[in-house]
Amino acid sequence: MSNLIKGNTGEWEMVIGLEVHAQVTAQSKLFSGAATEFGAEPNTQVSLVDAAMPGMLPVINEYCIEQAVRTGLGMNAKINLHSVFERKNYFYADLPQGYQISQYLHPVVGLGEIEIDMEDGSTRKIGVTRLHLEQDAGKSIHDQHPTKSFVDLNRSGCALMEIVSEPDMRSPEEAAAYLNKLRMILRYLGTCDGNMEEGSMRCDVNLSLRRPGEEYGTRTETKNVNSIRAVMMSIEYETQRQMEVLESGGQVVQETRLWDPNKLETRSMRSKEDAHDYRYFPCPDLLPLEFDQAYVDKIKATLPELPDQKKHRFTQEFGLSLYDASVLIAEQNRAFYFEEAAKGNDPKLTANWVINELLGALNKAGLDLSESPVNAKQLGQLVARISDNTISGKIAKDVFAIMVETSQDPDTIIEEKGLKQVTDTGAIEKIVDEVIAENPKMVEEYRSGKDKLFGFFVGQVMKKSGGKINPAAANELLKKKLA
Amino acid sequence: MSLTDLTIKGALEGLKKKEFTAVELNQAHIDAMAKHKDLNCYITETAGHALTQAAESDKRYASGNTLKLDGIPLGIKDIYCTKGIRTTVASRILENFVPTYESTVTSQLFAAGATCLGKLNLDEFAMGCSNETSYFGNVISPWKSKSEPNKQLVPGGSSGGSAAAVAARLCMGATGTDTGGSIRQPAALTGIVGMKPTYGRCSRWGIVAFASSLDQAGMFARTVEDTALLMNHACGHDEKDSTSSPREVPDFTQSVGQSIKGLKVGIPDEYRIDGLPEEITAEWDKGIEWLKSEGAEIVRISLPHTKYALPTYYIINPAEASSNLARYDGVRYGLRVDEGGNLNDMYEKTRAAGFGPEVRRRIMVGTYALSAGYYDAYYVKAQKTRRLILQDFEKAYEKCDFILTPPAPSAAFGIGEQIDDPIQMYLNDVFTVTVNLAGLPGLTVPTSLNSDGRPLGLQLIGRSFDEETLFRAGAAIEKCANFKAHPFKGDAA
Repeated sequence: MSNLIKGNTGEWEMVIGLEVHAQVTAQSKLFSGAATEFGAEPNTQVSLVDAAMPGMLPVINEYCIEQAVRTGLGMNAKINLHSVFERKNYFYADLPQGYQISQYLHPVVGLGEIEIDMEDGSTRKIGVTRLHLEQDAGKSIHDQHPTKSFVDLNRSGCALMEIVSEPDMRSPEEAAAYLNKLRMILRYLGTCDGNMEEGSMRCDVNLSLRRPGEEYGTRTETKNVNSIRAVMMSIEYETQRQMEVLESGGQVVQETRLWDPNKLETRSMRSKEDAHDYRYFPCPDLLPLEFDQAYVDKIKATLPELPDQKKHRFTQEFGLSLYDASVLIAEQNRAFYFEEAAKGNDPKLTANWVINELLGALNKAGLDLSESPVNAKQLGQLVARISDNTISGKIAKDVFAIMVETSQDPDTIIEEKGLKQVTDTGAIEKIVDEVIAENPKMVEEYRSGKDKLFGFFVGQVMKKSGGKINPAAANELLKKKLA
Repeated sequence: MSLTDLTIKGALEGLKKKEFTAVELNQAHIDAMAKHKDLNCYITETAGHALTQAAESDKRYASGNTLKLDGIPLGIKDIYCTKGIRTTVASRILENFVPTYESTVTSQLFAAGATCLGKLNLDEFAMGCSNETSYFGNVISPWKSKSEPNKQLVPGGSSGGSAAAVAARLCMGATGTDTGGSIRQPAALTGIVGMKPTYGRCSRWGIVAFASSLDQAGMFARTVEDTALLMNHACGHDEKDSTSSPREVPDFTQSVGQSIKGLKVGIPDEYRIDGLPEEITAEWDKGIEWLKSEGAEIVRISLPHTKYALPTYYIINPAEASSNLARYDGVRYGLRVDEGGNLNDMYEKTRAAGFGPEVRRRIMVGTYALSAGYYDAYYVKAQKTRRLILQDFEKAYEKCDFILTPPAPSAAFGIGEQIDDPIQMYLNDVFTVTVNLAGLPGLTVPTSLNSDGRPLGLQLIGRSFDEETLFRAGAAIEKCANFKAHPFKGDAA
């Protein structure tokens, strides 16, 4: 598949790398005991350390380290047994210490990779350069007062994982697929909720253009891209912009740009010359982070089955299509739901019901799977009733509609509404005979060779029985009687 | 004998025997503070607070449930955050800062029954060797030059207020901090005892950070035993400081009075620097003789990287300081100078007005040393040299048990004599910075007055976490030197 874009002077290739900031799911901050809950009143989750009061010292939150290691393992990455926290120095009103404690030369996680799934069913591996831990800054609020800015330090000191990819992506779609998969992995691991709207996952886009096969061009970094859709749009915008610059004989300026979600454009924030000199140096308040392989192995033993493993198992073990498997593993609880519902049932039929009926109904009702009125056991029971011929697929849809309404068990509904298929041969025969007797003209035409009319008879029989006759049994009898 | 002339040990005995009360003991010091206000030792006096604490102590003496330092009046270097008591670091930028929390070291001392007479003057942010950089004015040493009685002497620094107050009997003991010699040098210049323990012995939590990898808390008193007793309570592991050591703290007073027979004393060749005043060398030689007479063995050692110590120190120290002081930005607390303009204008005006020249100098030097393009040449190189300096000591300790050196290259100098020459001023740290770079414990013991009436002392440097040997040997020197001079009474006291 070629992702090359055509310009006026020839073809260009996009080279995309992503930096993702993922807030670590943890009860307390990276270096203080303050809480991390989203949406609390401003400046209510701030310890003396977070406010950088004189004489305060950071103390590492071990749980955050564990979460970073877990994430690294989920990306098949190298875990560094020795890593170092450094200070990144710059002044800003929402950065109380005047520096951010981060990792620079020695990150906790090294090279890894993430497999991305493309629409056409193909997969690609995207390299992950590193993952490091750092503190988040507070939030500056500029729209609450005509001349003043407000600062909320609730977020100050929260643990972030900065996950840096290799420049391995070549299209907006690949970037989106990478973010989707990364988010999925983080959610499976429970290390970040991946919620881009709440800012617990944020993305910076590095982009450059080159002629196919040539060296990398000069890149720009676009910040403030806070949804997957915005990532794709900013890539498209920035590609056009850079291409116009290059094709008119200019040079791309290495700079930091800002995505404007209202105007749907990127604009220059600061050039390389204005770039901060962060004066990194090892934080003297913290010892280097050291742990042994046994610690890593212990965490490894607690890893859940990850999306790709699940996907492969679903296709192999259950014979599902790659598409169905991908849909089912997109969320961990969806995969759990499916497996629960498929217990003792035909997995393909169950997959159809989960994907088409259940997800459709939830989508229509605007509900999350966790709020589903139909639980996995109930859906499994419904599928079982189709398989054991208690009801037809058509009746099953009616039953399902009631289940969505009432959360009742399918068996209860089938019983109460008398929807059980008629399996008594005598009763079926009676209906078939009636239909044949009532439609002599059609019978004649059928017998004279109009085979297509068979469907008419089936329809009549089903109608007369209220849909409760097993269509296979009806077919068989009809064929015999009409012959 | 005046109550203020008692040792801590003597005062605790007197209190137990009910010869006087804690309130009386504290009041005597409060009176002395009023009498010697001209020395400018205290930035903030908390007499009322001390008397309230003393009254509590007296209740405990009455009931018999006494604490280890019950009723002992201490002065606290104004770099320790004290709950509800203004903590300025002798800087305009924190002129009105009142912490809502108590530093670990002071809370341990107060939990042991010590009282707080007030907050002691220091060089601004502990940057200085003479206590002349304080926003609240310089401290004057209680000692006088015989030849120039009208000349005011520096108490040393940065813990100049602490040292001068202990020497002048304005408190029985005081906290200090030592980043490059800030306890050991002023102790020497004011004729008292000062201990900087091993890095990690004391929690740094609640002490305003200067250069985090070098900063260490410590204590001043007038005898080795009193200092050991105070150190028992200043030291200890603190989960809130990741660099504090979980090692158990021994009872340091047990070391005092133990024989030093057979101990090996290292005398480093490299500390016999050019231009060292004769009286300093002579005092050093006296120390060697005293230790010999007590049965110790003298060993010549080499610390070959000593000559790189000052340049190394003056890279690492300002580098860390430049980052540690970034938080004083006028946004959340402390001074804010906002005359309109943008955020950067506010930063620049606040910090220009809030910091004195020496602090600004260190921030500039440190920022430069960490800058892109210079980092490897300065900071990285300094870290490498620092390791070599530590290795020097480790090698030396294969041959000796502790090291004896002068604590400072001269006796106290006059106020204003060096303040305009930062290089000359920095040279005061020449014998002390190596100890901070290596994270080792150091003890200064007063030994005599020079011919001009200015105190001289000796420095003992120990193995990592071996403060005990220093107290043991320090007490032996103290016994031999028999230093009894009193700044207000001559040698007769």
